[in-house]
Amino acid sequence: MKDLFTALQAVVGGIAITALIYWLLNLLVTRFPERIKKKIEPYVFIGPVLLLIGIFIVIPTIQSIRLSFMEEEIDGSTTWVGLQNFKDLIAEEYFPNMVVNNLLWIAVVPFLTVAIGLAIAQFANNVGSRAEKIFKSIFFMPMTISFVSAAVIWRYIYAYAPEGQDQVGLLNNIWMKFGGSPQAWFQIEAFRLNNLLLMVILIWLSAGYSMVLLSAAIKSVPEDTLEAGRVDGANTGQIFFKIVLPQIWPTVVAVFITVLIGAMKVFDIVLAMTGGNYNTTVLAQTFYLEYFIYGNTGKAMAAVVILIFAIIPVMFYQVRHYRKFEAAR
Amino acid sequence: MSYSNGKTKSRGSFLVLIFLAVIWLIPTLGLFITSLRAKGEAQTSGWWDVLLNPFSQDWDLSSYTTVLTENKLATSFISSLAVTIPATILPLLFAAYAAFGFTFLTFRGREFFFSVIIGLLVVPLQGALVPVLKMFISFTDKTGIEISGQYAAAWFVHSAFAMPLAIYILRNYMMTIPNTLIEAARMDGASNFTIFWRLVLPISVPALASFAIFQFLWVWNDYLIAFVFVGNERPVLTYTLLAMLGQYGEGWQAVAAGSFISLSVPLLVFFTLQRYFIRGLTAGAVK
Repeated sequence: MKDLFTALQAVVGGIAITALIYWLLNLLVTRFPERIKKKIEPYVFIGPVLLLIGIFIVIPTIQSIRLSFMEEEIDGSTTWVGLQNFKDLIAEEYFPNMVVNNLLWIAVVPFLTVAIGLAIAQFANNVGSRAEKIFKSIFFMPMTISFVSAAVIWRYIYAYAPEGQDQVGLLNNIWMKFGGSPQAWFQIEAFRLNNLLLMVILIWLSAGYSMVLLSAAIKSVPEDTLEAGRVDGANTGQIFFKIVLPQIWPTVVAVFITVLIGAMKVFDIVLAMTGGNYNTTVLAQTFYLEYFIYGNTGKAMAAVVILIFAIIPVMFYQVRHYRKFEAAR
Repeated sequence: MSYSNGKTKSRGSFLVLIFLAVIWLIPTLGLFITSLRAKGEAQTSGWWDVLLNPFSQDWDLSSYTTVLTENKLATSFISSLAVTIPATILPLLFAAYAAFGFTFLTFRGREFFFSVIIGLLVVPLQGALVPVLKMFISFTDKTGIEISGQYAAAWFVHSAFAMPLAIYILRNYMMTIPNTLIEAARMDGASNFTIFWRLVLPISVPALASFAIFQFLWVWNDYLIAFVFVGNERPVLTYTLLAMLGQYGEGWQAVAAGSFISLSVPLLVFFTLQRYFIRGLTAGAVK
């Protein structure tokens, strides 16, 4: 309870201090002649944020990149080792598997999340607005659940006990109904089935997000374009694929990219479910493991830098996309 | 069939949705039922047995009382709140100020800085983690003020990482405020400072609410930042749950109860503020 009180104090104090800072900055600016004031005032508005972002995001990220070329001694001193950390990481037994897993995550998860979200949005559009609302809440609800809780939830699905013992896992019970013997699902590496089972969790979590955005897009498709298709004798499928889909394509791409970024950074799910064992490790989880568990700063930084550089193309795409969007309005 | 008004009903669509909805609900339902079962039963039979014969079961709330006291989940609950509330509210004013600057003021480098912010929307936070941690530690060495391991560390990091999304959502919203309104205020001699506090900030409350909900859920559900910066002295819910998952013998129903306690808050937020949440999402959530 004392902690809660501290937090509330921080809220009140923090807001007061923030407001005071801006008020003082404003006071300072008004001392200047009008001409100069006009020039520097905008920086009063954006300056504190730029400072915050610089100190906590931009500079540290650059330092991480620098650290990936360094070796750290116990006393904290660093020496330049060139690409050695990357070589060490690549030489790890898990490395090839990790790369394949990451590629699989970004190939499977965004595609299925968009496809399922699109299907739900499309179906939900045909059931009347009351039912639509209820269905949407159901699919959206997992969005609010943490990765850790989701991992707990899905453990009850994938749970396994040796044959002859009580099975409390839903998947094994269904599997046994069809005559199978109980499986330790996380240990099945064939066709990377265990990885796919982890991906199911992220898809379950994010399909609602995809549905909400795609549903909004579907609803904004002009009625007369559909009417024109109907007059020309197009069937339901043709109307969807030839008329609706092309018009909502920008949203489809935007959702795809967002989910793709989430899949690239996936970490908590793997950590909580398998800890990266049985060849399920991914980049972000490797970073966590190497730094916080094994204390290999070099390899951890190399993993993080690979992640950063993998995301850079997406970043450029986002910025370009926003510029276009901005120019259009 | 119609796309734009959603008035026509289709039985086929309805059946498909029912099927999918059941699949989507089963995992959470299983968790909830398991959390209410007696220890022995949760260990020996699947939770769906309860649905088949509900009266043969011992319904039992003891998992909840056990985890709240023995596993210190009650303390973790407070810790989660202590991390989340400031980390949700403190970024608001900063972001609103910056969004105002980017929307209504012209200055050199505006396009550049805003592009940087858009770019930072997707930057992985793992990239900044280690140097920030080192920075906190060296700050403590120099000043003697503890930051790392305190809630404050998480407040700073969460606030900074919230900025890109917050500014993005708020700016998109502020751009819908008619420029004539701002110009009229300027004509009356109002300074930007006054226009921000008296005009733009009050109008932007819905967007602030949307962002706040989003941030609240994000911080509440976060594991990584809480693990790195607050750690095991003040374990938050995600931290405690993960630790419980790693220990055997806790029993299925205990972890289930813990997990349900953890997700009850997001669910409550979601069901009461769903409208704002979805509005925030469509306004450009790309995290």
